[in-house]
Amino acid sequence: MNRETKRETASAPLSVTGMTVAYQKKAVVENVSFTLPEGRLVALIGPNGAGKSTLLKAVLGLVPSISGSVAIYGDTYKKMRSRVGYVPQRESVDWDFPTDALDVVMMGRYGHLGWIKRPGRKEKELAMNTLEKVGMADFARRQISQLSGGQQQRVFLARALAQEADLYVMDEPFAGVDAATEKAIIALLGELKRAGKTVLVVHHDLSTVEEYFDHVLLLNKKLIAAGPVETTFTPQLLHETYGGKLAIVSSSGREALVGE
Amino acid sequence: MLDWLISLWSDPNTRWILLGCTLLGLGSGVIGSFTFLRRESLLGDTLAHAALPGVCVAFMLHEVKSASLFLLGALFAGIAAVLCVSAISRWTRIKSDAAMGIVLTFFFGVGTVMLTHIQHSGSGSQSGLDKYLFGQAAAMVTGDVYLLMGVSVLLILAAMLLFKEFKLISFDPGFARGIGLPVGLLEHAMLILTTIAVAAGIQAVGVVLVAALLITPAAAARYWTDRLPVMLLYAGLFGAVSGAAGAAVSTLGEGIPTGPVTVLAATLLFVLSLLLAPGRGLISRGLRRRILKADYARSAERGALNAAEGGSRK
Repeated sequence: MNRETKRETASAPLSVTGMTVAYQKKAVVENVSFTLPEGRLVALIGPNGAGKSTLLKAVLGLVPSISGSVAIYGDTYKKMRSRVGYVPQRESVDWDFPTDALDVVMMGRYGHLGWIKRPGRKEKELAMNTLEKVGMADFARRQISQLSGGQQQRVFLARALAQEADLYVMDEPFAGVDAATEKAIIALLGELKRAGKTVLVVHHDLSTVEEYFDHVLLLNKKLIAAGPVETTFTPQLLHETYGGKLAIVSSSGREALVGE
Repeated sequence: MLDWLISLWSDPNTRWILLGCTLLGLGSGVIGSFTFLRRESLLGDTLAHAALPGVCVAFMLHEVKSASLFLLGALFAGIAAVLCVSAISRWTRIKSDAAMGIVLTFFFGVGTVMLTHIQHSGSGSQSGLDKYLFGQAAAMVTGDVYLLMGVSVLLILAAMLLFKEFKLISFDPGFARGIGLPVGLLEHAMLILTTIAVAAGIQAVGVVLVAALLITPAAAARYWTDRLPVMLLYAGLFGAVSGAAGAAVSTLGEGIPTGPVTVLAATLLFVLSLLLAPGRGLISRGLRRRILKADYARSAERGALNAAEGGSRK
């Protein structure tokens, strides 16, 4: 590692070194190291079971890692927690919980509120604003089970926005959403980028990577490659990541990539 | 009926017992709502059954019948049971529901053996410990009622102060951990509160049925609202009514244990909620479907008519 990259690492939004995670003796993520550039939209891609979600969770300390360290803006995650916004997979919660969209979004403020204190008018306003940003203002008082899958995903995004973080980590936000939601998410990602935020997204759809993202991390247990889309999202590296599971279909002169 | 209610209220001793059971139901209903939403209903039952050996050991050690000593015994036994459950589900391939089934029955078995032993020993025959199986609210003394009051206040206060934290760890523990809440600590706090609720309730409702006071009012309350604070309120109310009903019938002096009556009252409230609640209730849902069908049929008919008219005009 030369001196220049070292300086970059010191203040980078997220820098992971030697991360290894194992479930019952079997390594799921093996010795992964990478550094995210600031103000970029980064896709984390790889085949099913490559450990994408696990890597995210290990970075956030939600699952224990065997070894490895995480630096966020040059400091420990514990200290920098308030600068990180997290969007879990939609299926990870019970949507029949007695609460409405606005209330879920306000949960994004709990970390800032501290103990015992209840969210007040200020938190409510901020939550309404973020709901508006994802096109969900009309559904603020709707019970969350009465929202469509895409709308639920947008509520989760709004909650992360309400955290007012600088680094966003999203676990498959595009999974099973409708076209309107996909558009809303893309618009939002663009807005976050313009505001200088860094976003790390677990992504499945290889056909949209070039359109949506600046950077990619290619993961299959180990990190295969990391870098700008133009130089890293290449058929050769993808082949290395997906192995035989990848079919490269050439259509209308442009190469299309189909995962799985 | 009215005479009976008036006589209940005029006897100061009965009034105390009624108050104690009402408060117990209130506190259990509120804290039980979180247990219910976290899908840990069986855990409440495990805690309750595990309380029996705890109570017996407390009695054997001190040879006195004291509600606060028994509470302590039940608390320790409950914690031991929970540790067993998490050890089994962690170190073996057995899932937590099976682990709870194993631990629950084992503790209850040990408790029953101890209880029989105590009943046959000299001091034990007077102890009335067998009443702890199904509960006998009428046997409560003023000190017991104070204890119940203290416990209820503790439960409700904790649910109010930690409302936002408890809500978040119930809805999305991963996110809660992500924003830095000590999720493990909060989960333990909730577990201990649940254990306290169960331990306090066993004298009045009995180890076999006390879990119903945690779960049934919460399940009923869920039918009436989509808002958590309102749900806690309803669950507390349903619990209070059930507890009061159990205590009232128990003081009739016909030897009817409190627990079963309390459970019957709670279940009645649940069935009424299931049927009658607006929105989620079965009747309301059936009606809505029927209206929807009728509306659709009517508009389809009109559509067909319009199409026919349009066609003839051409």
